[in-house]
Amino acid sequence: MTKEDRLEAKNPSEKFLRMDRIPHIWCPGCGIGTVVTSFNEALKKSKIDLDDVVVVSGIGCTGRVAGYVKLDSFHSTHGRAIPFATGLKLANPNLNVVVFSGDGDIFGIGGNHFIHAARRNMDITVICVNNFNYAMTGGQVAATTPIGANASTAPYGNFEFSFSLPYLAEAAGATYVARWTALHLRRVTKSIQEALAKPGFSLIEVITPCVTLYARRNRLGDGLNLLKYYYDKSVIEHGADTRTLDISYQGKLVVGKFIDKEKPTFLHAMNEHMTKILGDKFVKYGE
Amino acid sequence: MVYFGNIKPIKGKVHIEKNRCKGCAFCVEYCPKDVLEMSEEFNVKGYHPPFVKDEDACVYCQLCESICPEFAIFVTIKEEEEEGEKGESRP
Repeated sequence: MTKEDRLEAKNPSEKFLRMDRIPHIWCPGCGIGTVVTSFNEALKKSKIDLDDVVVVSGIGCTGRVAGYVKLDSFHSTHGRAIPFATGLKLANPNLNVVVFSGDGDIFGIGGNHFIHAARRNMDITVICVNNFNYAMTGGQVAATTPIGANASTAPYGNFEFSFSLPYLAEAAGATYVARWTALHLRRVTKSIQEALAKPGFSLIEVITPCVTLYARRNRLGDGLNLLKYYYDKSVIEHGADTRTLDISYQGKLVVGKFIDKEKPTFLHAMNEHMTKILGDKFVKYGE
Repeated sequence: MVYFGNIKPIKGKVHIEKNRCKGCAFCVEYCPKDVLEMSEEFNVKGYHPPFVKDEDACVYCQLCESICPEFAIFVTIKEEEEEGEKGESRP
């Protein structure tokens, strides 16, 4: 390819990225970049004003997303992406707030914030990139590491029971829950589009390969092997009972859209309740 | 190949930003038409980027563009040389 070709044609993703920060720090074979492309595609397809989209992330490999997307974004402290997003949404209810973070950040360190945001049904979209360990800090056991998997703090294999993220989200009260692997590109895009349009708390779990730590320690090959393996092991079951969605080490992965229900959001419930109590004295907020 | 009527498939042109590639081979593995292949040469970072082996086979499905974790590959629609033919083939 000549230099002239490059000038006339540009990658369509570049519109959504801070190109001065690319190349990113993710390892060769990591799936997070693929999820970011799916997210960009979803933003393009849903035709929302980019000035109204905010990306919040915590610490970790996936936490870097906030620094790479050319949107209003914030890179918060470890586990505190959801409280920050809650504050943003309440301060400016017109925003489309997206929390883009990893499993260790949202469910390990910030698990309590997750269940309370889901309980209140805050109108935010959570994209959780699940790679089964704390990848940036060196592959420690996370809340999602399956039993039997090797990690740097479990050299003889992990024996702790792990979270089933869709089950947890449903129990806490989320209105939209989906799980995909990174290779379900177009389905991830469609799910993000649906979640952005959904009033209420949405969780999209995307299972991605972690090459340098999870795959290396468990001798699962490179990123391509793992990406393919997760895809081959996945079975699409829309509306499956979330109690059956446990992930076992190298076992079957049930993917699909599990929950899509209507429920009043936090602001809607507050307005309704306060109007009932105070009558016309109450000025509705954010509607 | 069988086409219905006089509808022609869209042709794509693959653009690769070689120096941004980290050689994960996702695009090579998942291209449904086997347009791409890993090259023997190195880029500035020491990875093997893919190269376009069979450009005529590309049907502009944009899978490589979606799957690339490095934002290093994308596809544009290839313009036909004869304009008259293009208008005819696209009813």
